[in-house]
Amino acid sequence: MTHQPATESDFCAIVADARAKKTPLAIEGGGTRAGLGRPTQTAETLSTRGLNGVVFYEPAEMVICARAGTPLADIEALLVERKQILPFEPPDHRRLYGSSGAPTIGAVAACNLSGARRISAGAARDSLIGVRFVNGAGEAIKSGGRVMKNVTGLDLVKLSAGAHGTLGVLTEVTFKLLPTPETSATLVIKGLDDARAVEALAQALGSPFEVSGAAHLPPGAGGAEARTLLRIENFEASVAYRIAELRKLVGGDVTLDDSASRALWRDVGECAFFAAPDARAVWRVSTAPSRAPDLVRLVQRNGAVAHFYDWGGGLVWLAVDAAGDAREKDVRAAVATCGGHATLVRAPDEVRARVDVFQPLAAPLMKLTRDVKASFDPDGVLNPGRMYAGV
Amino acid sequence: MSAIAFPAPDPKILDKRDQIIAGLAALVPPECLVVSEDERRAFETDALTAYRRLPLAVVLPRSTEETSNVMAYLHKQGVKVVPRGAGTSLSGGAIPQEDAVVIGVSKMSKILDVDYADRIARVQAGVTNLGISDAVAADGFFYAPDPSSQLACTIAGNIGMNSGGAHCLKYGVTTNNVLGVKMVLVDGTIVEIGGDWLDAAGYDFLGLITGSEGQLGVITEATVRLLRQAEGARPVLFGFETPESAAACVSDIIGHGIIPVAIEFMDKIAIEICEAFAHAGYPLDAGALLIVEVEGSDEEMETQLKKIVAIAQKNGVKTVRESQSAMEAARIWKGRKSAFGATGRVADYICMDGTVPTSQLCHVLDETYKIVERYGLRVANVFHAGDGNMHPLIMYNVNDPAEQEKAEKAGEDVLKLCVDVGGCLTGEHGVGIEKRDLMPRQFSAADLAQQMRVRAAFDDQWLLNPAKVFPLEGRAA
Ligand SMILES: Cc1cc2nc3c(=O)[nH]c(=O)nc-3n(C[C@H](O)[C@H](O)[C@H](O)COP(=O)(O)OP(=O)(O)OC[C@H]3O[C@@H](n4cnc5c(N)ncnc54)[C@H](O)[C@@H]3O)c2cc1C
Repeated sequence: MTHQPATESDFCAIVADARAKKTPLAIEGGGTRAGLGRPTQTAETLSTRGLNGVVFYEPAEMVICARAGTPLADIEALLVERKQILPFEPPDHRRLYGSSGAPTIGAVAACNLSGARRISAGAARDSLIGVRFVNGAGEAIKSGGRVMKNVTGLDLVKLSAGAHGTLGVLTEVTFKLLPTPETSATLVIKGLDDARAVEALAQALGSPFEVSGAAHLPPGAGGAEARTLLRIENFEASVAYRIAELRKLVGGDVTLDDSASRALWRDVGECAFFAAPDARAVWRVSTAPSRAPDLVRLVQRNGAVAHFYDWGGGLVWLAVDAAGDAREKDVRAAVATCGGHATLVRAPDEVRARVDVFQPLAAPLMKLTRDVKASFDPDGVLNPGRMYAGV
Repeated sequence: MSAIAFPAPDPKILDKRDQIIAGLAALVPPECLVVSEDERRAFETDALTAYRRLPLAVVLPRSTEETSNVMAYLHKQGVKVVPRGAGTSLSGGAIPQEDAVVIGVSKMSKILDVDYADRIARVQAGVTNLGISDAVAADGFFYAPDPSSQLACTIAGNIGMNSGGAHCLKYGVTTNNVLGVKMVLVDGTIVEIGGDWLDAAGYDFLGLITGSEGQLGVITEATVRLLRQAEGARPVLFGFETPESAAACVSDIIGHGIIPVAIEFMDKIAIEICEAFAHAGYPLDAGALLIVEVEGSDEEMETQLKKIVAIAQKNGVKTVRESQSAMEAARIWKGRKSAFGATGRVADYICMDGTVPTSQLCHVLDETYKIVERYGLRVANVFHAGDGNMHPLIMYNVNDPAEQEKAEKAGEDVLKLCVDVGGCLTGEHGVGIEKRDLMPRQFSAADLAQQMRVRAAFDDQWLLNPAKVFPLEGRAA
């Protein structure tokens, strides 16, 4: 059974009722990422799709507030008119999951989904400045607001971002925005191996030219030849100047213009190289860029891996055989050696039921995680087990 | 006389002070333990100097492990703890209480690791904000959040308050620039959150801890992002006849899709005070001035400045001073950066810190003058206009209790106004004790109860900096 209320107070009533009946709820936005997280066993679903629409958009203040079920595409269409963007470049993962439906703005916040511009403009959680949510007791709670700087009280906004609906059902989210860059271009360096590529990315990111996308696509990731990508977004004259300076610094073979650059970065963000019907399991690993090539090598030692790097090397996407544990042991061991954390973002349900989808936490952090969950959702009504068993 | 209440000290703790001190002395060497009344005085207040309380004792641990031992001991004894950086909090966040032990980070001030390939620095929590940037400046890097107090304030305090600075418009505040922390929980447990990679695993505890004002644990180490310095930076100074035209100019710049690194605002009184102190060459005939800074190559800066100057002219700017040299740039900034100090030489002041939607800047400024005038006081305004973070400095005489009360009342009225126009009580200085009792203006009872339950998940007995942030009445058990 799916509830699809249209007002926050109805959300409160449904959650309170679910708590009383001890019927956990699966929280759903557009459903395009139903395959993300541990499979949950819930008889009822609470959808945010009925909570649709922009609450306010103030271009002069660079801030937008929308109900959680508003399709991301609607928001982006509105922003385009005023030449503004969500700074963190939210990726659309329908191609990765082979799913349909419309990704919602609430899920972007709940999953803390950030694309290539994470390295220069921050993550979704950095742009999220206000939330309203319904906690597991059915209470409507707000945190943050609509202003750029706000340190009033504990930052439950950050805590909501990336909690995957386990702490509260987001009903309204407020993001700060940036002006759309006048234009962009991408410098492509061909034929580098992973280690040299990540070095080049680091050199470029350590330059004053404000690289806003830094990825490395090894052979097989969208082409036969390895490509190392550096994006500049700025005013036209600056883009030309900065690309030229980068070329002096790290070399480079081709420069992609604005539209070619956009298309390629869309593929990177959407993980198009592993798009369905490719049925391999996909891991997303955050690590220190300089150790990323080692991490990949460690996983490769025990079997085939397809991979590419975003975030200057700090974000590694791995595609592996989905059989068994989807190489969980290898991935976790490599992460233990190199530092960071790994999430199994795509795998068959039975695999995700068997292995830890999110990075297991050290005991004291796991205890805090449980205690914090209980402080929002004492009876485990909201998306129970989606991130960790019992949370 | 004090308007802000402190909870009554726990007599059971006061009675066993000698025993507690003996217990601490067994854990740390004498140079790490401050016991005498004279020496404790140095820790009795922070930059909210109108309020002070002598702590039971002060411990200055040298390592995470030492901090952990001390915390475990104090937890067993049921003793409250007030974490302390450099004590520059403007909201009373670091003010102790008589039955609490201060844990200061001043003996943990080493930079542990700098890595330019990954662009991070791992530091002990007592390192100063400027200390990080200074250590990497020669190699062309910096740590972005730059509070005006950066010479003194620590990274621990910055994380405690989620501090900002003049250049946050482009680079974000502390929470956007911290990747990892090592923290000691109330019972002495050591936790590591995040590391030298982007986005920590699990719930965003890093985001929760940043700005938690010492209520969730004692931070002993941090990993922060380093950024490469721009090729060049150039401020330009604009003098306007009225605050309205200056504020309109701010909106207009942003409306044109230009995000400068900084847009700072000063009103007439602030201009006069800063000019008398810093001799920065500010236009004394201006009703308001803006400092707008851009970055990039010479050519890029010129192009941007040309656009910005044109926008300023459209908004009726009277004086335009572009800096032609590093020295001139420094002079333009000198007045702004010394604003608080310069005001402090003229009068005692309390500094408000509300943030408002930028469209409300003029209205709030106008009302601020009226409010302060109603109380018969003076106010200078210097603030981060690009993000709507206002800093009215309400001047009064600290030795006149009636005037202090008026100043506090005026400040309260201003903050209520900020909340009522869609803003918040504090943009970067924190709630501390100062704004604690105003929290219900911004949050519902349910909002506050939720925050307090989260707090209790870290510290169920409310031993960590307990007099702060949440109104004393109605606390969740
Ligand atoms: C002249 C002047 C100018 C200022 N300008 C700015 C500005 O531009 N921007 C800005 O944001 N602020 C500014 N401030 C305010 C202040 O400097 C900041 O809040 C600063 O971050 C405090 O750092 P501190 O080391 O002095 O910390 P403290 O004042 O000692 O402590 C601040 C808070 O952090 C907590 N804390 C300290 N250490 C720890 C720890 N190890 N673990 C956990 N919690 C801890 C404390 O309990 C307290 O709640 C200014 C202050 C002054 C006096």
